[in-house]
Amino acid sequence: MEPEVVLSVRDLRVGFGGVEAVRGVSFEVRAGEVCALVGESGAGKSLTARALLGMLPREATVSGTVRPDLSGARGRRIALVPQDALSALSPVHRVGDQLAAAVRSVRRVGRREARELAAAALDRVGIPGTARSYPHELSGGMRQRAVIAMATVNEPDVLVADEPTTALDADRRERVLGLLAARRESRGTALVLVTHDMDAVRRYAHRALVMYAGRVVEAGPAREVLARPRSPYMAGLLASLPRPDGPRRLYALPGAPPVPGALPPGCAFAPRCPRAAQVCHRGEPPERELDGRLVACHHPDPAGEPG
Amino acid sequence: MSEPLLEVRDLVVRHGATTAVDHVSFSLAPGETLALNGPSGCGKSSTALAVLQLRRPDGGQVRFEGRELTTLTERELRPLRPRLQPVFQDPYGSLSPRQRIRDAVAEPLRLRGRRPTPGQVAALLERVGLDPSYGDRRPRELSGGQCQRVGIARALAGEPRLLVLDEPVSALDPSVRAGVLNLLADLRDERGLGYLFICHDRDVVRHFADRVVELREGRVTSEWRPRRSAAAPR
Repeated sequence: MEPEVVLSVRDLRVGFGGVEAVRGVSFEVRAGEVCALVGESGAGKSLTARALLGMLPREATVSGTVRPDLSGARGRRIALVPQDALSALSPVHRVGDQLAAAVRSVRRVGRREARELAAAALDRVGIPGTARSYPHELSGGMRQRAVIAMATVNEPDVLVADEPTTALDADRRERVLGLLAARRESRGTALVLVTHDMDAVRRYAHRALVMYAGRVVEAGPAREVLARPRSPYMAGLLASLPRPDGPRRLYALPGAPPVPGALPPGCAFAPRCPRAAQVCHRGEPPERELDGRLVACHHPDPAGEPG
Repeated sequence: MSEPLLEVRDLVVRHGATTAVDHVSFSLAPGETLALNGPSGCGKSSTALAVLQLRRPDGGQVRFEGRELTTLTERELRPLRPRLQPVFQDPYGSLSPRQRIRDAVAEPLRLRGRRPTPGQVAALLERVGLDPSYGDRRPRELSGGQCQRVGIARALAGEPRLLVLDEPVSALDPSVRAGVLNLLADLRDERGLGYLFICHDRDVVRHFADRVVELREGRVTSEWRPRRSAAAPR
């Protein structure tokens, strides 16, 4: 039996001043699953993640459904792992007090119990005894752990991590991803991982959603999407990564992603696509199922080229 | 073996009581890319700043084109600076938000007492893959990758021999990063530039560098060559 669906997103749209930046995104995340959102900057990954958390700016217009609606339970059933550990912590409060406040903001527990839960959370991420420290007294790696403790202190069902490792060196990256994976294993916490890091996707994600210009252009089991991308966009993105056995000259996708509100007619990727034909410039391709993969492309690669 | 473009001997940089760079030595030949690799806080960026003499080292030698830089005064360094140029990580932070792109690119020429012609600036922008019309824009009207290309164009304006590239592609999307790395490789091959390349991404380092110096806690722990440079010589 498959684990229960802890998050179901249907036709999510996010717009600003009548211009849609997220244009109908649908996906499901099951308990214990790591779902990666990948794509270039401006594809709508972060806006999608923020919509799940109810953290969009006030002027944003949102439509579609997110079930269960967790935005009112932020911190409790869904929590954000921020990218920048230093700015996510208050410099003038002790780490333990910040975690205890996070507990008491969503749960009716006494001070003492909140402190104990905070200490336990710090313990779980491998920095016991830091509750009485101020953030500046901790190393960068310890601060990173402290914000993970903060995100997980209320045992949420879903964690959303927006580029949690982009600024980190290889060692720290491993530690952060390892901690998030441990949460998943011990408690079945689902993780929505917004990232550029294809190596992290390969090793930690179960499913990958590839976004382009506010839409999902390819979705499926993470390893299969990486090994045999069907959409020319994902194939191009993978070809741009340096690999030990790769060519000396990297493939660079021509042009730049379109700006929301100035989308080309037809498929939004067509002007940059090596496979584009006339039909691609006429109409936007519908999403369709292809061997357990979801692809929105007029000319998906039937076999999938190794990325 | 030709004379090294850059020779660093026993470099020491201290920040207060901590020694960020602890007797680091390496050399770099013209046309060569030497990467400094290691975790955060290993001394990569402190080494880069000391090579550029933007942070005067607390010990050791930095010889550039055979000249010892550490004993030169700021005034004596000035004519040499265009020949060893930095390119930094944050493409927006390294450009003045008020300055037009054209003026940012022309600045190194002006500092050398020349009056840059519009044609020179246009040629530099074109060389880094930007339409010369970008000269009229300001940094915030450009994407991160375009800004980084402007940073490279500006470094090229001084006709450098050595570029110190401090995490030049770390803030960029993979697809944009590929274009910038290709550009840097072309410039290196075409002008015989030496690159001191600082990067924490091992895949990028393996792809781009001829030689890698590993730093830990301010010391050189090992030196290695990515296999590709032997298999595919330029």
